[in-house]
Amino acid sequence: MSQYTNYIGKPTNRVDGPAKVTGAAKYAAEFNVPNLAYGVVVSSPIAKGKIIKVYSKPVLKIPGVLAVFSHENVPNLAWFDRNYKDDVAPGGSPFRPLHDNEVKFSQQPIALVVADTFEVARYAASILEIEYEEEDHETDIELKRTEGFMPGRGKSGWMPPPPPRGKPDKEWKKAAHRIEHEYIHGAQHHNPMEMFATTTEYHPDGSITAYDKTQGVYNAQQYISKIFGLSKKQARVVTEYMGGGFGSGLRPQYQLFMSVMAALELKRSVRVTLTRQQMFSFGHRPYTLQYVKLGTNPDGTLAALQHHALHETSRFEEYTENVVNWSGMLYQCDNVKLGYQLAELDVYTPLDMRAPGAATGSIALEIAMDEMAFEAGLDPVDFRIRNYAETDQNMKKPFSSKRLRDCYHQGAAKFGWEKRNPRPRSMRDGNMLVGWGMAGGVWDATQKKSAAKATLTADGRLEVSSATSDIGTGTYTIMTQIAAQYLGLPIEAVTFKLGDTDLPEAPLEGGSWTAASVGTAVKNVCEEMGKKLLKQAQKMKGSPLKKAKFDDVEFVNGQIRLRLDPDQAVVIRDVLQASGKEKLEAETSATPNMLKQMQHSMHSHNAVFAEVKVDEDLGTVHVTRVVNAVAAGRILNLKTARSQVLGSIVWGISMALMEETIMDHKFGRYMNHNYAEYHIPVNADVRDLQVLFVEEEDEVVNPLGVKGIGEIGLLGVAAAIANAVFHATGKRVRTLPVMIDKLL
Amino acid sequence: MSTSSTTKRGVMGAPAAPPPTSTVTLNINGVDTRLQLAPWTSLLDALREYADLTGTKKGCDHGQCGACTVLVNGKRVNSCLTLAVMQEGNEITTIEGLGTQEKLHPLQQAFIDHDAFQCGYCTPGQICSAVGLINEGKAHTEDEIRELMSGNLCRCGAYVGILNAVKEVVDSRSNEVKR
Repeated sequence: MSQYTNYIGKPTNRVDGPAKVTGAAKYAAEFNVPNLAYGVVVSSPIAKGKIIKVYSKPVLKIPGVLAVFSHENVPNLAWFDRNYKDDVAPGGSPFRPLHDNEVKFSQQPIALVVADTFEVARYAASILEIEYEEEDHETDIELKRTEGFMPGRGKSGWMPPPPPRGKPDKEWKKAAHRIEHEYIHGAQHHNPMEMFATTTEYHPDGSITAYDKTQGVYNAQQYISKIFGLSKKQARVVTEYMGGGFGSGLRPQYQLFMSVMAALELKRSVRVTLTRQQMFSFGHRPYTLQYVKLGTNPDGTLAALQHHALHETSRFEEYTENVVNWSGMLYQCDNVKLGYQLAELDVYTPLDMRAPGAATGSIALEIAMDEMAFEAGLDPVDFRIRNYAETDQNMKKPFSSKRLRDCYHQGAAKFGWEKRNPRPRSMRDGNMLVGWGMAGGVWDATQKKSAAKATLTADGRLEVSSATSDIGTGTYTIMTQIAAQYLGLPIEAVTFKLGDTDLPEAPLEGGSWTAASVGTAVKNVCEEMGKKLLKQAQKMKGSPLKKAKFDDVEFVNGQIRLRLDPDQAVVIRDVLQASGKEKLEAETSATPNMLKQMQHSMHSHNAVFAEVKVDEDLGTVHVTRVVNAVAAGRILNLKTARSQVLGSIVWGISMALMEETIMDHKFGRYMNHNYAEYHIPVNADVRDLQVLFVEEEDEVVNPLGVKGIGEIGLLGVAAAIANAVFHATGKRVRTLPVMIDKLL
Repeated sequence: MSTSSTTKRGVMGAPAAPPPTSTVTLNINGVDTRLQLAPWTSLLDALREYADLTGTKKGCDHGQCGACTVLVNGKRVNSCLTLAVMQEGNEITTIEGLGTQEKLHPLQQAFIDHDAFQCGYCTPGQICSAVGLINEGKAHTEDEIRELMSGNLCRCGAYVGILNAVKEVVDSRSNEVKR
C-alpha cells in the first residue's frame, strides 16, 4: 500500500498559492481596519547637518490633517540605546527616528504627517517646509581607502577572519603562477516588491496590533515594546504575508516606529507606507572594495591565497558581514591571509542582503579563481577539483557532509562543459561572441532554537503554528508537508499558521535557517502529538496498539499502525472521537544538538555554469543559459526549492549585469532610487535556467537533514557570468555590474 | 574645510486646500461601486483604500513595476497612473474579478502549478497582465511572451514559472506557442 502521506521531498504546490493568485492574501498595508488614519514620511534632502525648524503650522491648517510629528514634538520615549536594539542590530547606537535635530544620512525620516486620507497626508507631506543647516558629508568609500578599521563589535553571526596560516606572503612570491587584482561592486538595495508598511490597529484599551512587514514578528515586538513601554500583551505584531524580504525586513524599519507612535499619540489606527524612493533609505548591501592575491604551484594546487575586503558602514553602527572567511575554507590552501575592514560614511547602516558577505566575497574569490586558472593554463573546473577542500581549514573540522565535487561533475555534464574551447573569443553564434564561465560558493547550515504548537481537533484537522515568516520562501508549504508526514495526515487536513506574536516563538527568517530550525520544531511537536495520540489509542476498546511503544508505531495514511504489522492499525480520527476530547494539544521547542554540531563544519555548496552571448559591436550581454548545481542536504519540496534557486540565478544575473545604487557624492544621495533607474532583470532578461539538486545525507545539521536553500543558490552566479563574459570577449571586468561601457 | 549653509524644502505660505470629494461610480468586476473620492485619487488607491479590493498591489506608485496592473475594458493598465474619476463608465477588472479560491481562472491555476511566484506580491499584476496579453492576441512565441510580460517586475525572479504558466494557457487557447 502506498504511503500517500509521505510528503517530504515531493514537488508540492504552495499551500498559500490560491490566496496569493486571487488577491486574498493580505500584506501589511492591506488590513483596512475601521477609522484608519494615514501617515506619510518626509525624508531629509541633505546627507548631514541639523534641522533648524519644522514649519508645521500651515500644514496643520489643511482640512483633514491630524498631526505633524517630528523631533520637535515627539513624545518622551525610551532613553537608552539598548531599547532601540533589535536582534540583529550591529554594534553602536541604533538610529532613532525623530529623535533629535541631527541629520545623519540623506533620506533620513524627518517628519510624519498624519491625515484622514492618504491623499491629504501625501499632499501635506509634499509641502511641509523644513529648514536645515547643511554640513559637509563623506559618502565616497574610494576616498576612505586608508581609513579602514577592524570592527570591534560586529553583530550576531559575524566572525572576525581567522588568523593567517602558513606563509601567505612568502609562498605567494615563490608561486609558479600569480595573480593579484582588485574587485569592486557598488551598493545594492533589496527592493522587495512590497514597500515597507505598517498598519497599527489601535484598540480601546490602549493596546495595539501592528500589521507589519517584517521577517521576524518577535523582533519587531520586542523593539516597539521597549521603545514605547508596552507589555508583550499590549503589542501584538502580525505578518501573515510578506511581499519579499531578502534581508530588508530583518531589522524593524522606521515605518513601524512611525505607525505605532502616531497610533499611540492619536489613539487611532494609523497606516504608514513608505514610497519606493524611501525603500532606498534603510539599509543596503555595502559598497565593497576587495583585493585578492592567488598563487599556484606547478601542479596546479594553490600555493597561497590572500583576500582583503573593505566596505562602508554608517557613523553610528558597525555593520559587519562575513566577506572573506569563506575564502579560507572553500579551497584547500595552507598559506592563507584574510583581512576585513570597515570605513565610516554619512550613509545609513548597511543591512544583510541575501547571502550577506558571501555573495560579495564570492564575486572576488571566484573571478580571481577563474583568472588564476587561466594564468596557470588550467580548466576552471579542473582547477577547483585539484584544490578541493576535504576539511574546513578555518575551523580545523570535518564537514558534516559535502558533495561539492558532485556539483562540479553533474553541473558540468548537464551544461556540456566538455565542449568548451578554453581560448577566449573562440566561440561564436553569428555576430555574437559566446562565453562559458563557471564559479561556485558556500553558505552556512544553521539551526536555531524554535518553538511550535499543534492542535488536533475531533474532525481530524491538524493546526500547527510557529511565529516564523514566509517571505516567499515556501515556509507555509514545507511546514505543512512536514506536519502532514509526521502525523500521517492528508495534507489538506493540515494548516500551518505563522507570523503572529500570539504564536510560539521562532527566530527571524534569515540566514537560510528557517527550514532547519522551525522544521525541526514542527517535527518535534508532531511527535509529541503522536505520543498523546498513541496513549489515547491504547485506551480504545480492543486497541491493537495496546502494548506498542512509540517507536513501534508509524503514522501513515491517516492511521497509527504497527511498523512490523501494518494491518494492526487505528484511524487517527477515530482515536480522537473515542477519547471524547474535542482536541489534543502539544507544544514544544527544538534546539540544535550542540555536542554533535560543534565537532563539524556545516555548509551548503554550489557550482554554477553560465553561458553569455555578447554582441561584438554593441557590447550588450545576454545570459542565455545557466545551470546551478546545489548541494544543500535534503530538499523538502522540489518545487519551492527549485523556485528559490531560480530566483537566486535571476539575482545573480542582476548582480553581474544590472544592479547598482549610484551615489551622487555632491549631494550624498542615491540618484537612481526608483524602479525605473535601479535596474533589475525583467522577464525578457531571463532565458534557460536549470537547477540541479545534489542531495546529501546529513544527520549532524538537524534531524531533518536540511541545510536551507535561500542563499546558496545566489553564490557563484555573478562570478560565473563575469567569467563567461571574459571567455566571450577576452575582457576581464572586475567592477560589477558589467555594463556596456566596460566592454567597448 | 567645513562649509555650512541652510536649505529649505517645501512650500512657503498658506497652502491650497485639498480638492473636495464627490461621488464616483466605478464598474468594478461587474458591480457598480459608488465611492466618495477626491479627483486626485488614483484608480489604485480607490481600489485599495476605498473599495477594499487590496488584491491590486502598489509596488512603486510610478508606473515602473506593473504590480498595480488591472484591466480596463479588457486592456491592461497601470492603475497607479490613472485617476479613478477618469474611469467612470469603463469596465474595470481586478484580480478579485478573475476567479476565486474555489473557482480559479485558468491563469491563476497555471501560476500555482508552475510555481510562478514566491512572495506573491507581483502576482495579481502579472496575472492581469497575462490576461491582457492574451486579449491582445500578440503572444505567439516564447520570446514574445517574455517581452510582452516585461512590464511586470518580479523581484523574487519567478520569470521562468511565469513564462511557463502564461505559455500553458496561451497554448490551450490558440495555436501552440513556438519556441
